[in-house]
Amino acid sequence: MSARPTPVLSARNLVKRYGRVTAINEADFDLYPGEILAVIGDNGAGKSSLIKAVSGAVVPDEGEVKLNGEPIRFNSPIEAREAGIETVYQQLALSPALSIADNMFLGREIRKKGFLGKYLRMLDRPAMEKIAREKLSELGLMTIQNISQAVETLSGGQRQGVAVARAAAFGSKVIILDEPTAALGVKESRKVLELIQDVRSRGMPIVLISHNMPHVFEVADRIHIHRLGRRLCVIDPKKASMNDAVALMTGAKQPDPALEAA
Amino acid sequence: MSQTSGKGSDYESSLKDSDSSVAVFTQKAKSPLGFAQHFLHGNPTMVPVIVLLLSIIVFGIISPNFFSPFNLSLIMQQVAIVGILAAAQSLVILTAGIDLSVAAVMVMISVIMGRLSVEFGLPVPIAIGFGLVCGCATGFLNGLLVTKVKLPPFITTLGTWNIFLALNYYLSGRETIRSQTLDAEAPLLKLFGERFNLGGAVLTWGVVLMIVIFFALWFVLNRTAFGRHVYAIGDDKEAAELSGIRTDRTLVGVYMLSGFIVAIAAWASIGRVGSISPTSFFEANLESITAVVIGGISLFGGRGSILGPLIGAIIVGVFNSGLRLAGVDVLWQLFATGWLIIIAVAIDQWIRKISA
Repeated sequence: MSARPTPVLSARNLVKRYGRVTAINEADFDLYPGEILAVIGDNGAGKSSLIKAVSGAVVPDEGEVKLNGEPIRFNSPIEAREAGIETVYQQLALSPALSIADNMFLGREIRKKGFLGKYLRMLDRPAMEKIAREKLSELGLMTIQNISQAVETLSGGQRQGVAVARAAAFGSKVIILDEPTAALGVKESRKVLELIQDVRSRGMPIVLISHNMPHVFEVADRIHIHRLGRRLCVIDPKKASMNDAVALMTGAKQPDPALEAA
Repeated sequence: MSQTSGKGSDYESSLKDSDSSVAVFTQKAKSPLGFAQHFLHGNPTMVPVIVLLLSIIVFGIISPNFFSPFNLSLIMQQVAIVGILAAAQSLVILTAGIDLSVAAVMVMISVIMGRLSVEFGLPVPIAIGFGLVCGCATGFLNGLLVTKVKLPPFITTLGTWNIFLALNYYLSGRETIRSQTLDAEAPLLKLFGERFNLGGAVLTWGVVLMIVIFFALWFVLNRTAFGRHVYAIGDDKEAAELSGIRTDRTLVGVYMLSGFIVAIAAWASIGRVGSISPTSFFEANLESITAVVIGGISLFGGRGSILGPLIGAIIVGVFNSGLRLAGVDVLWQLFATGWLIIIAVAIDQWIRKISA
C-alpha cells in the first residue's frame, strides 16, 4: 500500500449511528486516482450509508474524510459537489417535469450576461442547451433528439444516461454511482457500463456501488467489500472469483491475503 | 458453490448482434383522444383557454348584453383581487403546498395600511411600505413553519389563517374605515380603484396591476433559476435536494414572495371596495384556490403554467356575470363553479396518467 499515490478520496474510522442502529462502524475507504472502485456488500451492510458519508448526504458522527490528502468535512451534498464530488443517486435525483437541459443544470444554472442576467436574473437557455447537447453527444447519448423534452418522457436507460452525463460534465474529482444499472434492461446496462469506462478513460476516478457481480467484475479495478458496517477487505477482481466475493460479503469466507488488491 | 465465474457471466455475448441503439422514439399512431391527452400534457394551459372561449361564446349567445364593453370591463374589475391572490396562491401550490391564510393576511394588511395612515397619521407611502413588509413577514412565518418545524403547509396555514384573522380583528378594533375618511386623509390607498378609459371600456389600475403581476411571475418562473427550482421542488422535493437545490431557502422565498403579492392585493382591495372592513373578502381564500385549480395548476405540485390561474379567475368571473345576465338565481353560480373545479381536477388527473 505504501507505494501507492495519495488517495483522491479516503475515510478513516467513520461512525454513524441512528439511535441504536450503527450504520457505519469504524469504516475505512480509499479511492485512488483514475480507478473504478466497486463497493459491494449484502443488503443492510451499510454501503449506501458509507457513500452518503463521503458524499455529504450524511454527516458522520466520528471519523475523518480526506480529499486529495486534505481533511474535509461536508455538511451537505452541495458542499461535496462544490468540492468536485458528483453523486448519481439510486433514485436519480432528476425532476421528471423539467427538461433535460434544465435537469443537467439544476442548482447551477447559467445566467445571461449583462443587465438581464445580473438584475433580472434571467437564464441563458441557449448556452445551457448547447452545453447539455455537447455533453450528451460526447457520451454517445444523442439518440435523445430534443434537449428540451421533459425527462419523464425518457426511458430508464436514457434517464440514467442524463444523470451520468450530468455527473461527468460537472464532477471534477470524483464520480459516485449508486446502483446505476439496477433498474435497467440488459442492453441499457451495457450502454451505461460503456459510459462508465468512457468516463474513467478520461482519468476520472469512479466509485461504483452495485449488486450485479458480472458488472462489477467487468469494470472494477478494485473491489471494496463491505460487511456489517465496515470494510472487510479490498480484493482484486483478477485474482478473486465472483464466488469468492459473494462468500466474503455474506461471511461464508474469511478475508484471504492472496486475493487482496495491491 | 464451486462453479467459477467464467461460465455464467458471458450471457451478454449473445447481445453483440442485437440492435445497438439504446432507445429510439417511435411515433406510434395515436387515437384522437390520445392525441388530445398528449397535446394537453405539453400545453396544460390550453384546457382553461378552451373553457374560457367556449363559455364566452355560450354566454354571448344567451345574453346579448354580455359583450358590451361595460360588462367585459366589469368582469375584469371583479376578478382583479381574487386574481392577484390566485397569483400568490399559485406559487405555493406549485411547490405542492397550499396557503389557506392568503385572504386573512390580505384583510389584515389592508387594515394595517389604513390604520397607520388614518389613525396614526403616518405618510401614506410609509404605511403602504410597512404593509408590504408585513406581508413578507407573514410569508416568512409560514415558510419557517413549513421548512424548519416541518409542518404540512395545509396545517401551517390553517393555523396562521386563524391567527391572522384574530390579529386583524384586534388591529382594526372590528371597525370599518369609511370611504370618505380615506378620500380625505389617504387617497393614495385607493389608487388601484381609479378608472381610466380604454377604447370604450372602463378599466381600473387594479386590473392592470393583476396582469402585470401575472406576467412578472411568468418571467420569474420560466426564465430564472429560482423559478425552475420552484417547479423542481413541487415535482420531487427529495430529487431537487439531491440535485443541490437549497430547498428550504427556496421554499421560504416562495412563501415570502407570496406574502408580498398578497400585501399588494391588500392595497388593491382598498381601491376595489372603497373602504377598509375587517370582515370583507371572507370567501377570497377558497376563490383563489378555485382559480388556481380551474387554471390547470396541479395541486400535487410542479405542473401547470402561472398564466392558467389568470384565465381560471376570469372563467369564474365570466360564469358569474353570464349567469347573472341570463337572470339565473345566484345559487346556480356556485353550482357551476363547483362543477368547474371537479372537472378541472379530473382533467388534470387524466393528463397526468399519460404514458411516455
